Amino acid sequence: MQAAVKTQRRRSLSRFRRHTNTGHSRCFFAMDPVHACFKEKIGEVLLPGDVFSFRLPESGDGSVKTDKIICGPGLRRNGEEVQVCKSGILRHKPPNMYWIDSQQRRYVPAKGESVIGIVTAKSGDIFKVDVGGSEQASLSYLAFEGATKRNRPNVQVGDLVYGQFTIANKDMEPELVCIDSCGRANGMGVFGADGLLFKLSLGLVRRLLAPQSEIVKDLEKIFPFELVVGMNGRVWVKSKTVQQTLIMTNVLETCENMTSQQRQTLFKRVAEGSL
Amino acid sequence: MAKDGAAKLSKNLLRMKFMQRGLDAELKKQLDEEEKRIISDEHWFLDLPELKAKENYIIEERSYAPCEDLVFGRMSFRGFNPEVEKLMLLMNTHKEEEDDEEEDNVSRMETDITDEEMARRYESLVESMRKKFAKKRDRSAITKNKEDVNCDAVDNRPKKAFLKPQLIFV
Repeated sequence: MQAAVKTQRRRSLSRFRRHTNTGHSRCFFAMDPVHACFKEKIGEVLLPGDVFSFRLPESGDGSVKTDKIICGPGLRRNGEEVQVCKSGILRHKPPNMYWIDSQQRRYVPAKGESVIGIVTAKSGDIFKVDVGGSEQASLSYLAFEGATKRNRPNVQVGDLVYGQFTIANKDMEPELVCIDSCGRANGMGVFGADGLLFKLSLGLVRRLLAPQSEIVKDLEKIFPFELVVGMNGRVWVKSKTVQQTLIMTNVLETCENMTSQQRQTLFKRVAEGSL
Repeated sequence: MAKDGAAKLSKNLLRMKFMQRGLDAELKKQLDEEEKRIISDEHWFLDLPELKAKENYIIEERSYAPCEDLVFGRMSFRGFNPEVEKLMLLMNTHKEEEDDEEEDNVSRMETDITDEEMARRYESLVESMRKKFAKKRDRSAITKNKEDVNCDAVDNRPKKAFLKPQLIFV
């Protein structure tokens, strides 16, 4: 026990010494201790409460150029330190982005994410949309492409809407819009004349939306179909027949806990029509 | 109503415009000073040293989308919904273009006219501008040279410059 404490102290001291050395070699090497702190933990499982603390040398004449570090979800800034607030694996994207890759089922609205919502109420100038968070989001009727005060969009209660969050924090009601900053719809808005809406876990949804996603590539080979994936865990599938749609739904729900090998064998069986 | 020499009017009333027209300068000054005193007493301020905002080099990002480069959520496969497939191409190449531009410094703008057509037009433009500002003699020379595409004929005529009159002793 004592030996462990001693090594910890030695490690923290060596980190401090590294700082004082780089204090002399100003700008270019100033961020190395910061990135080094993170780099040794990339790919490791971290628990909430783990702290990355690094003290940058005091900038006397302000000539130290500090690069920005971007803490993604799961990491939180606490003064000069970065704390882990979710359990998961630390990931890194060069040049300076770090985040915790974790799994959860409950969605928390975040600004800029595209989600599928269900319109639950029309009140005055806004629609109330259920996005699966703790509160219902509000969607203004002017936030559709080509909508004016005279020309209202054709949205009914119970419609499916694909939109982005403009405001989403813990203090305010989240707000959705179905246009981008230029005023174009870009595929957002009401959709879904037929098809089926179901719920997946957030981790699987992110795997589906990853660039060059393997699951999507495997799915392509089964049937032609249309898919809308919302980052709140909601997925809408439409295919030529009801049976095909149901098959796609089942396949997506089951492939969460499969390895890629198992998944490919399953998809092959489905494509052959034996399921 | 007892008529005093100077009716005891309230300060607020005296501060009004119509009452101040008849006042002397001194009374006015006194009223102003009293007002300032009242305001400065009620004026609250922070008794703290000047704090400089620390530059934050840690930025928090709440969404997974920029971290993992997530693609657009609407997808269609094998031609099920052609509009959505067009959208997919549009949105995903837009994202790829952003990535590419970051990598190389030379960013090519999207052009409606190809480079070759632009070069051809520019050539003819230069010709016409040259003709416009050339002297009459040069204009004919230009048209003659233009017909000769291979530049075989070499113009050997001496250019007519001004010859200074010289005395010739016979």
